[in-house]
Amino acid sequence: MTMTQPYQDSSLPGVMFDRNSWTPLLELSTREVFDIMLCTRLQPVEQQKGLSEAQFTALVGLAGNICGVLSIRCSEEAARVMASKMLGMPPDEVDNDSLDALGEIANMIAGNFKGKLSGVGNHCMLSVPTIIVGTDYETRSLSGGNTIEATFDFERKPLWVTLELHD
Amino acid sequence: MSQIKAMIVDDSSVMRKIVERSLRQAGLDLSPVLEAGNGAEALGLLDGNHVDLILSDINMPVMDGLEFVRQVQTVDKLRHIPVVMITTEGSESNVVQALSLGAKGYIRKPFTPDQVKEHVLPVLGL
Repeated sequence: MTMTQPYQDSSLPGVMFDRNSWTPLLELSTREVFDIMLCTRLQPVEQQKGLSEAQFTALVGLAGNICGVLSIRCSEEAARVMASKMLGMPPDEVDNDSLDALGEIANMIAGNFKGKLSGVGNHCMLSVPTIIVGTDYETRSLSGGNTIEATFDFERKPLWVTLELHD
Repeated sequence: MSQIKAMIVDDSSVMRKIVERSLRQAGLDLSPVLEAGNGAEALGLLDGNHVDLILSDINMPVMDGLEFVRQVQTVDKLRHIPVVMITTEGSESNVVQALSLGAKGYIRKPFTPDQVKEHVLPVLGL
């Protein structure tokens, strides 16, 4: 089913949400970042268990003719491996860089994604990344929004990329 | 090729390390790289340090990359330093603004080492 719903600042060109086209774009944007920056082929998967146990979360806000939050969630071990691949060093030598790396990955995915949406790139700003460590938190979406999610297998570890859109 | 004194401005320490590695992979002989987490910190480091090349993110706290470039251009002894933007903010309007403010080039994240080489060597006349 194709859903069409506008997400826009009224002063900016409108963008129509389309789950069927936006979900593959989110997947592609994520895969490109991992391919280029980590030299890793991400494998999309249908579903992954363990989301509630993902200890690391990176959030990047989008504001403009689309508004929302892009998040990437994974285990501490997965984040450490990501940082090691970005920096070209063994995972056991990665220190606090794993948090920074996860935030930067989220930032690049968000930028890559909005760049692929026709008419969005010039009218949507990104926030600096926010990192959450731990699982004892709740998120609450604003009413009327839509969510798209892409799930991946990264080095046999689950990875969730979610875009929550606000009206 | 003589040693290049580079400054990398990015609020991500991981990204600063990746950019430095890419510059070395591009064949540049770098003297110790100056690092700053935002534009204001970078301006402070430029006061008293000789720099041949600046690579700067745009989206940073405190002072963003566009304001940093603008301020660099207002200082006689700094405006000759080539600034290349490296950012996820790859929109055309940001490219136009950065270049109009005085940036010499623009690299969009995610990037390959070859892209860094392609954009950086020409601004150094190499």
